[in-house]
Amino acid sequence: MPSKPDTRPKRKNPLVRTPLPTLPPGARSRVALGLTAAAARGRFELQVCRDCGAVQYPPREVCRSCLSQRLAWRAQDGCGALLAETLLRNAQELFFRERAPWRVGIVRLDAGVNVIAYVHQTVGAAPARVRVNAALDRAGQAVLIAVPEQGRFHLSDDPKLREMTCDPRHRKILVTDGKSAPGQAVVRALAAAGADLIWVGEAEPWKKAPGLEALRNAGIAKIVPLDVTDGRSVRELAHEIGAKVDILVNTADCHRAFSLAGRRGVETAQLETEINYFGLLRLAQEFAPALKARAADGTTNAIAWVNLLSIFAISNYPPHGTYSASKAAAFSLSQALRAELATAGIRVINLFPGPIDDEWDQLELPPKLSPASVASALVEALKGSVEDVYPGDVAQDWLARHLDDPKALERELREARR
Amino acid sequence: MTERAAYDDVVLAAPVTIPYVRYSIRSAHWFLGRALAELIATAGVSKARIDGLAVASFTLAPDTAVGLTQHLGLTLRWLDHVPMGGASGIVSIRRAARAVESGDAEIVACIAGDSNHTDSFRRNTTSFSQFAQDAVYPYGSGGPNLSFALLTAYYMREHGVEREDFGKLCVAQRNNALKNPLALLKKPLTLDDYLNARLIADPLRLFDCVMPCAGAEGFLVMRRATAASLGLPFARVLGAIERHNAFPDDPIQDRGGWAMDADALYAQAGVGPQDINFLQVYDDYPVINALQFEGLGFCGRAGAPEFIRANTFEAEGSFPVNTSGGQLSVGQAGAAGGHLGIVEAIRQLTGQPLGARVPNARHGVVSGFGMINYDRGICSGAVVLGAA
Repeated sequence: MPSKPDTRPKRKNPLVRTPLPTLPPGARSRVALGLTAAAARGRFELQVCRDCGAVQYPPREVCRSCLSQRLAWRAQDGCGALLAETLLRNAQELFFRERAPWRVGIVRLDAGVNVIAYVHQTVGAAPARVRVNAALDRAGQAVLIAVPEQGRFHLSDDPKLREMTCDPRHRKILVTDGKSAPGQAVVRALAAAGADLIWVGEAEPWKKAPGLEALRNAGIAKIVPLDVTDGRSVRELAHEIGAKVDILVNTADCHRAFSLAGRRGVETAQLETEINYFGLLRLAQEFAPALKARAADGTTNAIAWVNLLSIFAISNYPPHGTYSASKAAAFSLSQALRAELATAGIRVINLFPGPIDDEWDQLELPPKLSPASVASALVEALKGSVEDVYPGDVAQDWLARHLDDPKALERELREARR
Repeated sequence: MTERAAYDDVVLAAPVTIPYVRYSIRSAHWFLGRALAELIATAGVSKARIDGLAVASFTLAPDTAVGLTQHLGLTLRWLDHVPMGGASGIVSIRRAARAVESGDAEIVACIAGDSNHTDSFRRNTTSFSQFAQDAVYPYGSGGPNLSFALLTAYYMREHGVEREDFGKLCVAQRNNALKNPLALLKKPLTLDDYLNARLIADPLRLFDCVMPCAGAEGFLVMRRATAASLGLPFARVLGAIERHNAFPDDPIQDRGGWAMDADALYAQAGVGPQDINFLQVYDDYPVINALQFEGLGFCGRAGAPEFIRANTFEAEGSFPVNTSGGQLSVGQAGAAGGHLGIVEAIRQLTGQPLGARVPNARHGVVSGFGMINYDRGICSGAVVLGAA
């Protein structure tokens, strides 16, 4: 197993000014954003010419070999040779100056192109065989990282590259709803990943939820009152703990209405919207400013916001029509939140799981996700360097169809059961 | 390939330098305007006699050479903007030479200059090229220091050059600069100073890196007869080459375009490397000097380490290089860095150096190198100049 910094960071000196966040340069040409789009889903893709097969880098508009304009982003194994490296001690941008030196190298990929990449500290001195991966930096843009060609690697094992993750280890985390099975699974998974402190929200405490007491009794989580449908409740919790939260995981979810004609009136759909959409908005308004203020607060800074969405957010699933709509609204709002938090380098991670093995997806056919596997995907996302996670086979299948042709997916979903 | 025509009595005259300063509150227009004024004063011609202009500058935006014509009140029949960084001077000569030969222009002013404000260098680096913006700058924002650190590390490892070798070049250039009143770096440099300087990007240390500054250089291109009628001392253009994106399949740059074209250069000039009395190389980092020694035929490929150990590079040395101090000791005034060596070569060949004089200089080579667009320098060029 790789080594990890295991000592709990020291308490902060309250007399020392909290540094303001700085960011790596985020400017990219539009064509280069293809690298970021793939990295946001945890993939390393380069443009490949559909006509002559030549791999391209840096990203460009026209094939470097045959001048074809038909370039497509394709997954790469990233294997290559580290030709030379340097330890960069002088940087022009504040973000890099504050963290210098940086180990940077030039890698000749076996695919025939050169990449400039960060070199993970576990890579031996150049010349060396390496594998190149893509990750998102604190500006939310893709950068390339050379790691040893063989074996697993963890970004967190390199102190510089750890900042590209949102590793929950030693961090203080708010999970907004601990009453649902996925919410509780998330709390357990975060505790197992070494979270320093987990607050877990409980709405309507007079309705006892199974499992929540067990979390409290096990000493894993501190249960706090939080009702995301109530602005005052959200505000009061933010005043109390907002300045301490490093990661906010929004598990609040309401899944009640089904097809359009399933229930008369709009009240049930309104409740879904109150929790799934307005709940996110209330949390964002109260907690986002506090997170931004602590985005550069040492090694246990405010660093991430996670939304538990649904694959139904990317295209409406008519048997869960109003729920899909509320999750689509939340997805859209999360993009605004992502832009807002990006100015401080705080990452917004969206999970789009397929149907979960709970009472509300009872009539969905397998494969279904266990709450524990959703939680595990969430923790992996935090430990890695991604923005969008599609856990489970159904979500992966929908994503593939959506990327291929969104309109075709809409028609396919029209034919769904019931 | 068709045989290239010789340069028919094309000469360079009126070398001028606008003194360099580390930072300036002026804009590039000021430095370029001063250079033009100096050219006119030096040549003793009216502004109206200048009918061609070739301009190189990194900081002229939003203007180009076009805007400069109105800014400087020039009416021209030949105009070029040469955005090729350290190769701009050589490329300007090639283009201007054909213009004056054909009669498209009579006197072409080749000027290059840049200003340097406290944040100019960072701004220029962030948007230097699309590839640099997308695929280099996000990795530590090192600018050229990063690119040349990688090339230097590779060259040192693969070709057996030592830091003492690069140090010898840098110390010799500083010795040359100490005699040049316009050099910005005036403190004597010892090999120990060089070897123990602050690390910038391993293996590069402080004295491996040029210092950005503000300033301008300029010279005139015309026919020999024009120069004679004006009574101007001149240097003759004997041969000239340029090459862009040479050896694109080399995994990493350890040779430049000169290696493709040096034979053509000397064939056109009618002289060989053994006839050359001094060399003005583009020296933003000493590893590039080594590539020019090799590419221009002064030693074999990978022969630079031995060549450096066998020679001395001061103006009076066995192989004079960068006799005014080069960019490493004079300063890098943006695009003027590519004109610095040309201006110095004209001064040496016309017997009017600012500082140390190369004894009996009859032939000199000036070379240019420009534009780390992504992982290597794209533009290279060189000229052979002869005394009148």
